[in-house]
Amino acid sequence: MNVLAAEGGVAFEATTNGIWFVEHAWIVVLLPLVSAALILFLGSRTPGKGAVYGIAAVGAAFVFSIGVLWHFVEGGGPFEGSIDWFTIGPLHLELGILVDGLTGVMLVVVTAVSLAVHVYSLGYMRGDERFTWFYVVLSLFTAAMLTVVVSNNLIQLLVGWEVMGICSYLLIGHWWEVKENSDAAIKAFITTRVGDIPFMFGIIALIAVTGFTTTNIGEVSHELGLGGVSPLFVSVAALLLFGGTVGKSAQFPLHVWLPDAMAGPTPVSALIHAATMVAAGVYLIGRLFEVFLLADEWVLTIVSIVAAITALGAALLAIVQDDIKRVLAYSTLSQLAYMVAGLSLGELGLTAGFFHLFTHAFFKALLFLCAGSVIHAVHSNNMSEMGGLRKSMPITFWTMLIGSLALAGIIPLAGFWSKDELLVVADEEHMTWLFVVFLVTAVITAFYTMRMVMLTFSGEYKGEAHPHESPRTMTGPLVALAAATVGVGLLGAPQLNAVFGKWVFYEEIHEAVFVPWIAVLSTAGALLGLAAGYVLYRERKAQDPLQAPMGPVWNLLEHRYYIDDFYMRAIVRPVRDTWSAGVNWFNQVVIDGIVNGAAVITRGFAQLIAWFDRTVIDGAVNGAGEVAGRTGNALRYLQSGNVQWYAVGLFVGVIALAVVFIRVV
Amino acid sequence: MIRLPLVLMFSALLFSAGVYGVLARRNAIMVLMAIELMLNAVNVNLVAFSALLQQMTGQVFALFVIAVAAAEVGIGLAIVILLFRTRESINVDEVNLLKW
Amino acid sequence: MSAQEYAFVVLAVIGGLSAIAVVTSTNVVHAALYLVVTLLSVGGVYLLLGAEFVAWVQILIYVGAIVILFLFGLMLTKAPIGRDTLDNQQRWLGAIIGVGVFAGLVFLIQDAFPMQDAQAFEPARGTTDVVGEAIFRNYVLPFEAVSFLLLAALIGAIVLARKDDSS
Repeated sequence: MNVLAAEGGVAFEATTNGIWFVEHAWIVVLLPLVSAALILFLGSRTPGKGAVYGIAAVGAAFVFSIGVLWHFVEGGGPFEGSIDWFTIGPLHLELGILVDGLTGVMLVVVTAVSLAVHVYSLGYMRGDERFTWFYVVLSLFTAAMLTVVVSNNLIQLLVGWEVMGICSYLLIGHWWEVKENSDAAIKAFITTRVGDIPFMFGIIALIAVTGFTTTNIGEVSHELGLGGVSPLFVSVAALLLFGGTVGKSAQFPLHVWLPDAMAGPTPVSALIHAATMVAAGVYLIGRLFEVFLLADEWVLTIVSIVAAITALGAALLAIVQDDIKRVLAYSTLSQLAYMVAGLSLGELGLTAGFFHLFTHAFFKALLFLCAGSVIHAVHSNNMSEMGGLRKSMPITFWTMLIGSLALAGIIPLAGFWSKDELLVVADEEHMTWLFVVFLVTAVITAFYTMRMVMLTFSGEYKGEAHPHESPRTMTGPLVALAAATVGVGLLGAPQLNAVFGKWVFYEEIHEAVFVPWIAVLSTAGALLGLAAGYVLYRERKAQDPLQAPMGPVWNLLEHRYYIDDFYMRAIVRPVRDTWSAGVNWFNQVVIDGIVNGAAVITRGFAQLIAWFDRTVIDGAVNGAGEVAGRTGNALRYLQSGNVQWYAVGLFVGVIALAVVFIRVV
Repeated sequence: MIRLPLVLMFSALLFSAGVYGVLARRNAIMVLMAIELMLNAVNVNLVAFSALLQQMTGQVFALFVIAVAAAEVGIGLAIVILLFRTRESINVDEVNLLKW
Repeated sequence: MSAQEYAFVVLAVIGGLSAIAVVTSTNVVHAALYLVVTLLSVGGVYLLLGAEFVAWVQILIYVGAIVILFLFGLMLTKAPIGRDTLDNQQRWLGAIIGVGVFAGLVFLIQDAFPMQDAQAFEPARGTTDVVGEAIFRNYVLPFEAVSFLLLAALIGAIVLARKDDSS
């Protein structure tokens, strides 16, 4: 157990009030794990169906996480502690925690959003027949994400990573009776799996760097820092690790699962596909930042390009969606790309990227939960069936507006500060093309956000249901998250000392600067987008006003650039219909044939042996009996019953023996 | 004064006659008589050697043999009489219940 | 050949012939009587050999008791009086064996005690006191055993031969 004292010129406080929380940070992981078990075994018998365990556990975890963050607020330093798990040959596996500023921030994010979702689900999922199971998986997921966040070694991280994947699958397919939902769950799982394969190879590569002795992240970084590894190796390892990010954080080309994952219940979308699981990919890059920095330039360039494509492409797709959750899904894709792009800018980008992750978690979760509230009220996801809800659902309206403005990046809400930071860093790194991409995407983001708000809340209600405000268990979290959205942005504001940058940084604390012209530019762009959205969608029209002018582009966007179709035709169909069928045929005919054939041969053998046993062996045994019988039959004539016969025999015998004994012996 | 081989041959003669009698006679009592002959032959042998070796063992055992022979005849006749009672015949050829 | 030897040969011939007659006679009563002659001759031989006590016991017991028993037995079992085929099927086999036994024995005797080297021997001391001394000094145990045997035989014979009273 050791507290790393000084790192790269930064001095840390030796002890703080929060140090106990840091040293026992594993409790944060344990709480939801225990609650998952409790809900699983006791949930159905508890009043309230077990939700109380989950809420209590996550609530306690949230408080604990605040404690952990407090340590860093007071200027404390990173902490690492582990216990030995087991050793295979030279490889030494451990269970441990690595708590630094990044971890602290992530803990707060995860537990806060998880708590909001837990409370929200009380209302949203009420009456659901698998309510208890929902909470079990929800708690388990939280535990898994927290494992990833606090893990100090690669294997533990991988374990948490994979458990998250399973929980995501289970939650997306929560209403699996509808085939669409189970299809979406499988798609999500398999697509992230495709990203996990290079990820695992990347992990192996990193372990190889230490000579297969340890999986500890610190040791790996240390070994890489010594410089004995070829840059190409490091680059390839970094690229492989990025594969995991591409899968989990839904970057191009593995982004296809996230929109479909909206088939799951909205609280799930809020927790997993907005704030936490998809953020895990970004966290991965941050945690293993040394690898990326020591790799060749082209690796980070690839990362930037992938992120840029995702950001712009997803933003464009969000314009044409009718399903409110899909809009938010594509928005998430776009914002995640922002974060990844930020990280690709190097050391300066680390703080900016994670700050955006931090703020985005809050306002995106807020937006999703608001959307869920709307969906719950009108029983439909489609915005064409909404409208005019401003009057019937005021709390939802105002909170959603706050979230939307934050997403668009309006001062002083959270999104503004984080996006601004990213722009500043892009400018400092002289990545002009990325700066432009960020700006254009921001404009489009503001546009589709406004479109969404307009279509949902303004005009007249077009649907069939009777919308009313949601119960307090649902609006409570909305309000809480809205407050957070307003507040957290200020944590990174340069004018207020940008404390966030003092918690999450790489090697040195960089002073956050406020560049006025960039701020003006971004605000102008956001306002432009918002205005366009307001104007175009104020009045509801039968057909989307952009559809006609955009023409074929609209079609392209509506079909999601035909990427899904491409995957289906090029990958899914050949594998499923041709290869799988072929393998199946091989299995049924050849392998089963061999097995059955072996069985037939054995049976034949057995019959042969049975015949042998019956005829030869039993024959021999019976024959022996028969011989004995016949001999006895023949010999019985010796028994004449006549005593004198016997006497004759006796005397003959005596004479013979006499001769033998006297003459021969 | 008497040469030993002569005595022994006499004994042998008696014995062989007894053997023939045991094997060939039909009447059970005849068989018993033949057995007596054999016992007597043995006795003669015993006494002869007692004289040759000038020891009393032979004569003593000859006496015992006589006693045993007497007992045996008593029992044997009792059995024969019993046999006669149940079967009305003491022809040994007909006493063959243990025949196959 | 001395006088005793002559006497012995005479007795032996008589005894041998009557022994053969015992086993070949067709009349059972005649056979019993021939048996008497044989036993008497054997007794005579004992006397010649010097075993007086044994000789008298022989005559007493054998001739006096056993033969009488035989005769009683014959009477009680209604032995056929008069001529009858007394021998059974296997008398030829029996003859062969008898002759074989005799030949074997003679051969053995000749082998062990050849006639040429045979020397005459003194008669045994067989007076009553000597015999009695030998029995009661050295052979008391067998004597007692034999008396037990006689007792058992006595009881056995009575048990075997009595008429069944049970219905």
